[in-house]
Amino acid sequence: MPVNYYIFLSLALFCIGIVGVLTRRNAIIIFMCIELMLNAVNLMLVAFSKMHHLKNAAINASAGSEGQVFVFFIMVVAAAEVSVGLAIIVMMYRNIHSVDINFLNRLKH
Amino acid sequence: MNALILLTILGVVMMFSGVVLKRNAAIRTLAVTGLLLAIIANVMDTYGIHFFNINIRGMMNFDRFALLFITIILSCTFIFFLLSAKDMEKVGINFADYFALIFFILCGIILTSSFSSLLILFLGIEIISIPLYILTGSDKRNLKSNEASLKYFLLGAFSTGLMLMGITMFYGYTGTFSVENLVIVEGMPSALLIAGIILLMFSMSFKVSAAPFHFWTPDVYDGAPTVFTSFMATIVKAAGFIAFIRLFYLSFDSLGDSWKLLIAIITALTLFIGNITAVFQQSVKRMLAYSSIAQAGFMMMAVLALNGPAMEGILLYIIAYNLSTIGLFAILIKMKDYTFEGFNGFAKRQPALARAAVIFLLSLAGIPLTAGFLGKFYMLKAVVQQGGYLWLVIMAVVMAAVSVYYYFRVIQAMYFKEGEAQSLEVSLFFKWTISIVAFLVILLGVYPQIIFKWYYF
Repeated sequence: MPVNYYIFLSLALFCIGIVGVLTRRNAIIIFMCIELMLNAVNLMLVAFSKMHHLKNAAINASAGSEGQVFVFFIMVVAAAEVSVGLAIIVMMYRNIHSVDINFLNRLKH
Repeated sequence: MNALILLTILGVVMMFSGVVLKRNAAIRTLAVTGLLLAIIANVMDTYGIHFFNINIRGMMNFDRFALLFITIILSCTFIFFLLSAKDMEKVGINFADYFALIFFILCGIILTSSFSSLLILFLGIEIISIPLYILTGSDKRNLKSNEASLKYFLLGAFSTGLMLMGITMFYGYTGTFSVENLVIVEGMPSALLIAGIILLMFSMSFKVSAAPFHFWTPDVYDGAPTVFTSFMATIVKAAGFIAFIRLFYLSFDSLGDSWKLLIAIITALTLFIGNITAVFQQSVKRMLAYSSIAQAGFMMMAVLALNGPAMEGILLYIIAYNLSTIGLFAILIKMKDYTFEGFNGFAKRQPALARAAVIFLLSLAGIPLTAGFLGKFYMLKAVVQQGGYLWLVIMAVVMAAVSVYYYFRVIQAMYFKEGEAQSLEVSLFFKWTISIVAFLVILLGVYPQIIFKWYYF
């Protein structure tokens, strides 16, 4: 399959993520949309990695492998972010018994 | 490399020191000593003595600029520890953990200031951000702190997503993550690369709180415990700028036509919004948050120019801004009332602190004979040399004049208004340290060569 299909798919997923972050009001759902953005990036990286491998395999047998290594780093960092982010959401839930971000207006004067 | 490995070990040591050491003073001493060792190790690194021989080729590049910046940032953290480490006790019971998180943030700063692969840039930014989310929310019972933490987390993660998309597009075009020796292939449509650069620019603007991506800054800085606001607004922001400059200097400089105008617009907006909104603030803490946006506008000029004076000037600017803001926040932390009225009659009660605060405020406003003036001067010089953006220079000068108003409001309250000043508990050590920091601000304003000699020796 041409790489364009993957690029369009992952761009579509990325845009769904952005729209979700900007329009939804539930902290957990916003968080899911952010994860969707990260996974769209992962998909695109793997597609590009394959593309570069096919293009340069004759010169360099390991061409394009960096892209796949990057995906692992994104997964690790995303996991670290989830652990901190969910802890923050739980902390807020304990105090106000809601995860709706419309409650977040105490700092606006 | 020395400082990076030492700080990682120190972070882990600090994590467990909370279990072993029972007294807060012992933990504090351990942290300060450790940081001092890291500074010494980094200076030795600058002179060619490496403790560790690890092959990091293609991932990081510890050049002169990066090493000097790391020394500067570690020294600023050292001053921050001396002035404000005691006040971290008031935030919560996990005293040792705050130090551990700060050491991990410093590791991230070292990564972002010496990367030559986008992978390291991404890891560095994340290693800075994740502990900061925790520090922002460390006042667990306080709703404002919770709110600031959640806001910072959601927007920070969002901007990380944008950055990753930018990196991916860059990779799709070039086939490598290395930012050095970017090869522009002729004839291929470079829309992918331009989109990548713009996404990277937006996400970095988020991190350094440049308008129109600044909206999280006042809320987060206001809600976070004041000790950590001081850290975030100075040291972390400086690291963001170094990463920004390094990224654009190393790889995208040749593509200047496609992004310079956008950066100029972002700079102008940041200067305008930061300064104008700061005028209307009633709380000094919130005023300092907007002032940090306004100062970010000046530092953005270095990203625009990317020439010799810009590289020298950004270092000077970072030192001037960091010392002044850390000093001001250190005084602010001791106060109970953060409004301008809280400063009424301050000079009579605390003459030594008031004198130091005046010097810091003059430096932030950019009055001659202080380091802040020279920093602003170098920024303007860099943009004039770059050419073509005279309107931005004029606007920056006008905005610097506006900033005098809100900085001088504090001086006016301290010296010329009668009021019942709050009684502060200030040790003699604190008074001496803050006076020395104020002296440094003046010294660098008169002899900036001290820094540049390090850069060019």
